[in-house]
Amino acid sequence: MRKHKGLMIISILVFAFLFIPLIIIAVTAFGSEATITFPIHGFSLQWFVNVFESESFMSSLLLSGEIALLATLLALLVGVPAAYALARYSVVGKKLLKSFFLSPTIIPGIVVGYALYQYLVLSLGFPVFESLLLGHFLVVLPYVIRIVGSSLDQFDFAIEEAALSLGCQKGQAFFKVVLPNITSGISAAFMLSFINSFNNIPVSMFLTGPGVTTLPTTLMNYIEYNYDPTVSAVSVLLMLATIVIMFIVEKTLGISALAK
Amino acid sequence: MAFLSLKDIAVAYHQKNYILQGLNLDIEKGELVSLLGPSGCGKTTTLRVVAGFIDPQEGNFILDGEDMTKVPVHKRNFGLVFQSYALFPHLTVKENIAFGLKMRKMDKAQMEEKINEVVEVCDLKGLTDRLPKQLSGGQRQRVALARALVIEPKLLLLDEPLSNLDAKLRIQMRVEIKRLQKKLGITTIFVTHDQEECFSISDKVAVMNNGVIEQYDTPENIYSRPKTEFVARFIGFENFFDLTKVEEHQYKNQNGDIVKVDNDDDLQTCKGTIRPDDIEIVTSADKYENLISGEVTVRTFLGKSYQYEVDTSIGKLVVSSSSEEVYKQGDSIQMYLPANKIVLV
Repeated sequence: MRKHKGLMIISILVFAFLFIPLIIIAVTAFGSEATITFPIHGFSLQWFVNVFESESFMSSLLLSGEIALLATLLALLVGVPAAYALARYSVVGKKLLKSFFLSPTIIPGIVVGYALYQYLVLSLGFPVFESLLLGHFLVVLPYVIRIVGSSLDQFDFAIEEAALSLGCQKGQAFFKVVLPNITSGISAAFMLSFINSFNNIPVSMFLTGPGVTTLPTTLMNYIEYNYDPTVSAVSVLLMLATIVIMFIVEKTLGISALAK
Repeated sequence: MAFLSLKDIAVAYHQKNYILQGLNLDIEKGELVSLLGPSGCGKTTTLRVVAGFIDPQEGNFILDGEDMTKVPVHKRNFGLVFQSYALFPHLTVKENIAFGLKMRKMDKAQMEEKINEVVEVCDLKGLTDRLPKQLSGGQRQRVALARALVIEPKLLLLDEPLSNLDAKLRIQMRVEIKRLQKKLGITTIFVTHDQEECFSISDKVAVMNNGVIEQYDTPENIYSRPKTEFVARFIGFENFFDLTKVEEHQYKNQNGDIVKVDNDDDLQTCKGTIRPDDIEIVTSADKYENLISGEVTVRTFLGKSYQYEVDTSIGKLVVSSSSEEVYKQGDSIQMYLPANKIVLV
């Protein structure tokens, strides 16, 4: 391939723009001063200790994990059959349905959060935890439908027909021959949904209550009153977790599958 | 009554676009019947009606005296081979073959015996532990066949099974399929758009066009006596000219010249047709009937012969000639249309 100098310089600048803030945050997490400073003047792991000792960080971490897991499982339960139906059958208004399922990615999260808060929590008196779960479910569902959908688009449905001809009933055929061949799509959908829910702020910001605060919301609140590197430490931990998950996605399916 | 019989089958999408209309087909036990036609003619739809993937709006499908029209796919017990083979990618060759037997809850020992049998017949020894992606096209084809045959189906349905193979393998596999089919005596429907493949393998051929069967006959008869212009064109007839009957075996062309025809179908006005290979270019006047002269407009070299497009008083004729004499554009030539090679449609 021909090397293009100008293009290379622009690429380097863009990457620098993207990564330098992250690197600075990561470095500040190891600083010894009580405020976020860069460059750091001493090395310390106390902010990481701080994270693990903080009651509010740990409980909101647990909650975030719980919500992300439940919302993702729920979205898989609904999204996989939906993606299957969209890929397999010529449903009337298929395009409309597809865009409907993707609409939560188009509507700003903050609107979804506010709407859910207004109607579920205030008007209907729904408990905050369930409302939060529902909100996250809505946010991650489009990811599931899209990723599992792209997996199904590459699936040869003659395989399912072959199973039928060999004596399988429809439902059986789905579990015996369709599902085992879209597992990579499902695991990618699972991980991406999980990350999305776990990192979500706009929806979670509204749907919060006593004992029901997700980690990103806790972080935001924390920054308002404190400016110590604990936040940086949390960020480093979250980045690490995300990198690990993306690494697994890449190894099982390839990052390209997420871009479709 | 025939072993398999499709009666007045109609299939339409959105209640109006007919894909099949009033389709009738009878197949005897143990026959291999091909559905031949261009893409979009309804041959695959017909196969899918038989397989049970499509519910026809009208008509019945009778097999061995039993009305199968409403029987769901998984209860029909037909073996299917798809164009893409549709092997289960996550299962080994052996598990693929065992799939249908497991669905039938067959006991282990008997299953093992059946699998070994079909592995032997389909020449798959040593491949049983491989996954489909570790196999070549021909091997996949044989696994698909084995998987369909092991359930001892009442019917074997093949949907363009050879079109993904290279030319050499295709010929080898079609002989193989024919051999297996005759050995097991299994009634088979074979869908293809390739006439050579179809003629070589079939007991009978149904040539389809626009959702109807244009002609249903033995390969030999279809080759030499096509009944309609569509069938004639599809199997390689290229020259068509209008004829009017004068008397038995004598027809008049549009110039009023007499054309003798051996195969008289008792049609008053019709078209005569002849293959490019069957027209002879004559130099000395040793023939006195069915002669026509014209001017060469295009010459194409086909390897073993030349093909000429010739302008004549009854229209353009295409002639293939392997003779020593080569004509060029603008030459006038005399052509002889043998009376026994002209077919009326």
